[in-house]
Parts: sequence; C-alpha cells; structure tokens
Amino acid sequence: MIPQRAPILELRGITKAFGGVEALRGVDFALFAGEIHGLVGENGAGKSTLMKIIAGVHAEFSGRSILDGKDTRFRSTRDAHAAGIAMVHQELSVAPDLSVAENVFLGTQPTNRFGLVQWRRMAREAGEQLAKFGIDVDPMSRLGDLPIGMQQLIEIARVLFSGARIVILDEPTSALSPPEVERLFATLRRLRDEGCAIVFISHFIEDILRVSDTVTVFRNGRKVAETEAAATSKAALIEAMIGKGSEALGETYTDDIMLPPPTDRPAVLKADELTLARSLQDVSFEARGGEVLGIYGFMGCGQLELARILFGKIKPDRGTLIVGGEPKSFASTAAARRAGVAFVPESRRAMLFHQEPVYKNISISVLGRISALLLKPARERSIAARQVEQLQIRPAAVELELGMLSGGNQQKVALAKWLSYPPRLLVLCEPTRGMDVGAKNDVVNIVRDLRAKGLAVIVLSTEPETVLSLADRIIVLKRGAVVREFAHEMVSKDRLLQAA
Amino acid sequence: MASSESATVPADRKRPRSVGRFLRSQMRNIAPFLTLICLTGFFAAASPSFATLDNFGNILTQVSVTGIIAVGLTFVILCAEIDLSIASIANVTGIAVAYFTLQDSYVNIANVPMPGWAAVMLALALCALLGVVNAFGLTVIGIPSFIMTLAMMQIAAGISALLVRGQIAYKVPDVITTLGSGSIGGIPCIVIVAALMLLGGHLVLTYTRFGRYVYMVGGNREAAEYSGLNVKLILGSAMVIAAVCSGIGGMLGVAHFGSAQQNEFDTYLLDSIAAVVVGGTSLFGGRGGIGNTIVGLFVLGVLNNGLDHVNIDSFLKILIRGLILLAALVINVYAQRLRERSVD
Repeated sequence: MIPQRAPILELRGITKAFGGVEALRGVDFALFAGEIHGLVGENGAGKSTLMKIIAGVHAEFSGRSILDGKDTRFRSTRDAHAAGIAMVHQELSVAPDLSVAENVFLGTQPTNRFGLVQWRRMAREAGEQLAKFGIDVDPMSRLGDLPIGMQQLIEIARVLFSGARIVILDEPTSALSPPEVERLFATLRRLRDEGCAIVFISHFIEDILRVSDTVTVFRNGRKVAETEAAATSKAALIEAMIGKGSEALGETYTDDIMLPPPTDRPAVLKADELTLARSLQDVSFEARGGEVLGIYGFMGCGQLELARILFGKIKPDRGTLIVGGEPKSFASTAAARRAGVAFVPESRRAMLFHQEPVYKNISISVLGRISALLLKPARERSIAARQVEQLQIRPAAVELELGMLSGGNQQKVALAKWLSYPPRLLVLCEPTRGMDVGAKNDVVNIVRDLRAKGLAVIVLSTEPETVLSLADRIIVLKRGAVVREFAHEMVSKDRLLQAA
Repeated sequence: MASSESATVPADRKRPRSVGRFLRSQMRNIAPFLTLICLTGFFAAASPSFATLDNFGNILTQVSVTGIIAVGLTFVILCAEIDLSIASIANVTGIAVAYFTLQDSYVNIANVPMPGWAAVMLALALCALLGVVNAFGLTVIGIPSFIMTLAMMQIAAGISALLVRGQIAYKVPDVITTLGSGSIGGIPCIVIVAALMLLGGHLVLTYTRFGRYVYMVGGNREAAEYSGLNVKLILGSAMVIAAVCSGIGGMLGVAHFGSAQQNEFDTYLLDSIAAVVVGGTSLFGGRGGIGNTIVGLFVLGVLNNGLDHVNIDSFLKILIRGLILLAALVINVYAQRLRERSVD
C-alpha cells in the first residue's frame, strides 16, 4: 500500500534529452520510505534514465528533485552516495581480481589507527553480511573465480548493506537462478521493513508483482500509470506498457508446448565430448540446418564457455568440433567466421562499437566479402540500410552513432552484422535479455526466418522463456554436463526448471 | 515499438544541441589546431625572424624524421597499444645501413661493405624483423606492448652498440644520402618523403579495410574479436608498420645528420609519441589519425623552432616543452570524457 506520508524523495517535471532525443518528458515520481517501488516499461521508455538522475549519474536535466523536503541537485554519484542513495546497475561492476571481502567493502575498508587495512575484521564482517543474505562463500576467495550469478548477488549485497536509505536495482534478477531470486527478495523485504526505500526495475513482470508495493509504468519517456501492486495484474501492466491489448503477447510458457519432430537434415555442427576445466564435462550435441537448438541452464552452467568454444575464442581441453563434416580446431574467431560460424555474445558491450556509426557496426563482419583492399562506403551503407529496414532498427539512420540507440535496437544491430551474408551456424547468447516484449517478438521472428532459410541456430540462455520461444529442440546443461534433451515431446517452463 | 521518440522532438530545439554536441565530440580535433594557431601567433609576434618562408622550410625539415617515425606510431596508438622501441629501432636501422656501406679508412668500424641496394634491403629487413619480434611478443606470447617494446628498446640499442662500438660512421648508400639530405627544386627530399609517407598512412587508415580494422580493434577489441576479426594479425601488423617506418626514419635521419652513432635518436621517442598524442589521437585507441599527427607535428615543430627564435634559456625550453605536452595530454583525456558524455 502507499503510505500517506511525505515522500523521502520526490521528482517533479523531470525532462531529459540525449542529443535531441527526449528520454524523459515531464515525469513526476515520488518514493516513500518503507516501500518497494517497481518500475516497468519497454526498452527506451525512460526508467533507467530516471533512476540514473536519482543516483547522480546524469547531472544535467530540467525539473525539480526534492530529497527530505529540500530541493537537491546531485552533481555526481558521490553526492548521491553521501545522501544515502545507491544504485546497482544492469551491468556488473565489480573488481574481479579482488577478494570477495574487498569487493563488499570497496572504498570503505576498516582500518586501524595507523590507516592500515584490518584484513581479519574485514573478512569476518564481510562473511557475516553475506551470510545474512544466504551467501556462503570464503570472503577471501577471488571474486572473479565465482559464478557470474554469485558475483551479481555479492554486488547487490554490497549496495544493500552500504547503509543506503534509497536503493535502486536495475534488472537485478536477469542473471540469477530461482533460489537466488528468492534470497534477493527476502532481503529486499527485510530492508523495506527496516525503512529503506527500494526501486526495482525489471522486465520480469511476475517478479515486479511479487515483490513490489507500488508499480509505476513508463512509456515513451512518460509515466503512464502508478498503481498498487496488489490491485493490478500482469496483463494490465503489459497493456499500460505497450499501450494496446496484449493477450497475444502474454505468453507465459507455463503450459506444455509440443516440440516439432526432429529434422532429417544433416548436422551443420557436431560437438563431441567437449571438455574444459571447471566449466564443461563431455558435452556432445548436434546442430542441424533448419533447426533451432536451445541450450538452457542456470547461470554458471558452462553455456558461456561452450558458446566461446564454438566461436574459436576458447580452446577446449578435450573433445572435437565437426563443422560441415570436417573436424575443426579454431585457432581464432576469424577462423570460426571463415568456417561459417557467427556469434552474438550475451553482452552488447562485447559486440558493438559505441562510438562508431551504425553502418560500420553492421558492415564490420562482411568487409572481407565486399572489399578486397579498398573500402566501399556506399556499399556498406546500402547493406546496413537494408538490414536496418528488415530488422526495423529505430531510428532508421545508418550514420547515427551506435551509442545513441536504445538497448533493444543495439541488440538488433548486433544481430544485423551477421545477416547480410548468412552464416551456416548462428550462435546466440541471451538474444532477448533485457528486451521489451515488442523487440523480443522481433528477434523471435528474425530467428524463425533464418531457420526457414536452412541455417542452424543455437540459442543459449538462462531464461526458460527465451529458449521455449525459440527452440525446436532443447538440451539442458547442469554444472557443465548435458543432463537432459527435449526433442519431439512436451516441454514447459516447469519441466525445464526441474531438469536444470 | 522501442523508440520512436526522436520523431516527436520539435525541430527548433534539436539544432543548437546538436551543434554543441558536434563541437564537444570534435574537441579532440579542434583543441590541437587552436594550440597550433596560438603558438604560431605568439612566436610570430615575439620574433620577426619566425614568420618567414625560410623558417617555415626549416620547421618542415626539422619535423621530417619525427614525422616519418610518427606515421607507424599512429597505427600502434590507434590500436590502443604503444611502441617505446621506435627510436631505438630507428637508430639501429640507421647504423645498420652505414655498417653495410664502405666507410672511409679513418673510420674504425669492422663494417661489411655491400652494394647500396643490398645495404638498404638488409637494413629494412632488420627493422622489419625487430617489428616482427615485437608483434610476436605482444600477440602470441601476450606481453603487454609497453613492456615488450621496452625490452626491444634495449635490444635494438644493444645491437647498435655492438655494430658501432662507440665509433661514428659517416657513409650511407647514395640513394639514402639523396633522400636524406638532397633536395628537389629547393624542397628537401626528406620533407617530400615525410609528406608521402604521411599521405600513404592516411590513405591506408582511411580507405582500406585494414585501416578500418585498426580503428575497430582500437575502439573495442573484444567486439572486434567477436566480429570475427583476426585481432592478433591486425595488432601485429601495426607493430611491424611502426618498426619499418622507424627504420626508414632512421636511415634518412642518419643521412640528414651526416653521421651514424649510438643514442643519436634518443629524443625521437618522446617527440614522436608527443606528436601523435598532442595531435589528438586517443591513447585509448580508435580515435584520431594521420591528420591529427600532422597537426601534432606542427605544434611540436613550431614550439621547438619558435623557442629558439625568442632566445629563451635553453634549460627552460625543456621545461616548457614538458608543460605543453602535459597540457595536450590533459586535453586528450578530457576530450575523450566529453565525447563519452555526449554519446551517453
């Protein structure tokens, strides 16, 4: 319920533009102590921008920001920190080479009167704090050695325990397994009961509804609805988000769906007993033309490493790859590309050139085909323009710097770079992570299109919905080993979760 | 759909912002140019002998060797790497070409005389080989370029020392003598060579596939690798290009100075790096180019030459050069930040 008190933080008439594109238009927003406030909206709707204003990341904006009844203007994240506001960003920001304890106490290590770090005290207190969160790790172990999901939990824990009064979490659950999500929610509820104000941004509307007291919906830079979580439903929120009836889009995959019979086309790729220290154990599978193979598993199950082996970025310790009937041992990603393998990693940052125009981002993978020595910029632009048109990338301007595009559109660019000359095998990691419903549907349609053209597609994801919406056949990875294959049978979110 | 926001922005509000954004994003190109204009203006006002056609020719000649070396270094820095061995490689190549040329009898060096073309070929092969070693250490073994080229700096200096053993050689092949100290129609050949090499570097970076790859690898190495580029090959090529440019600079430099000896090129390391960076090429890679390097060369050239004209304490000159370099570095980093903000 919405407490009838003065808000701890109030924003009035916030407007913010990036290079002429208005990300927020006259938004009012109020946050109360002791509430969890869910934010939903499609990519580019403005929710992250608003939160970055609150957290001091964006210092330039118009409108008023009132903290504890006083007009406040943060010039940096430091200012916001000092005022008790902390944010966990969508992208992991930890120091992988430092210990868990050092990460928990980053910038606030306990010191003795000579200014030396008290290691034992730091380790003990870090262990205690993490234990409250249900995290049981050696505080002195190197953070980078832990699974990504665990790293994310530790980062969230650090912010939650930093003593902040206002905590903003941007998509905190996307890299977490269900039990980890439960732990996070329990901690959020406890902090709320202790009087914290928590903002929770997520595309997982079920998560929002489960944990939030209040939900605010953004659309196109405007706040379009604010309601008590108990008084709304997923369908209603989706309708507010996209502004149209959403029955067709409300696919939840809780019901069984039937996987199609296996295709009799030859295998484009055969992986045989791939093994990598600490990540993969005797993983074997086939990817056939005209088929989408889904590889599902929780964070840290080895799928990221598997994908990198397929694209020649990591060499397996043991096992063979057979591409198009020939055994291959890729010396580099360039060799994998020449063999007809294309790859889209799970992070856009690892795939795109933010300072370069859209057309250079799209043409980079095909330059070798369109030019021997000299570049052909006109050809590049026309190839890019065709992809922009086909994938409906917005705004449709190939000269625009990539960094100006919204996240979902950047993701489409990452796909587009491989599609001008379709590869034999397309490996997609988390192709729809962090995307809104509309953009997700676009990606599903693009992948189906490629399948129809006879490509072999491998989709690796930690989100069951992603795999279920795309795959014709699904294998489940658990701790680096294949534990289950679903082919030509009934499958559902429950069954996948149970297998993993 | 995701973002149709831009369509609804009133046109009149779009314009001033995008001009401001453009200026901010071009900061790295504008600042060095303004520095150059200010310096030129200052020295022209301070000394009547500065702003003359003759002196302009002097400046061109003075920056030529640095310019030749800086061409290759621009490739390396665009890749977000560094090469500290350029001056040493220039030195050893210059010494090698003299070593393979018949010296006068009073020169006490156990040299191996060869025909001119063979001497030049061997010297070029030497610098290319040293570049390949740099490339191998960086890409195959995985030594950071800073350390790898630091070692190469010593190795090349060591080879130089062994070749000349503290002596000075004077003769180089005729073709090198002509290119280094001759002139065509009043224009020194070395200036022409520097101009051609800068032009060539610019054409490669701007109009070839390899040039694009250099920018992409420098802009985001991980993304370049996941786009299927052979990142190691590109980085390695940049290191070899830097070494060969340095070698050419070294050979012509020896002809230009009239002698080949140990430590002859020591100041060229700092000068070349300064020229590239002062010109506005980003030390973080992916931004800048030969155009920036040319402006940087002129800034350094005008500064060095101008300080001679205003008759300043020669010890103070060193300090002033250092301060100007620092200012340029501040602008370089600041421009990067402004740019990131404008993209954000």
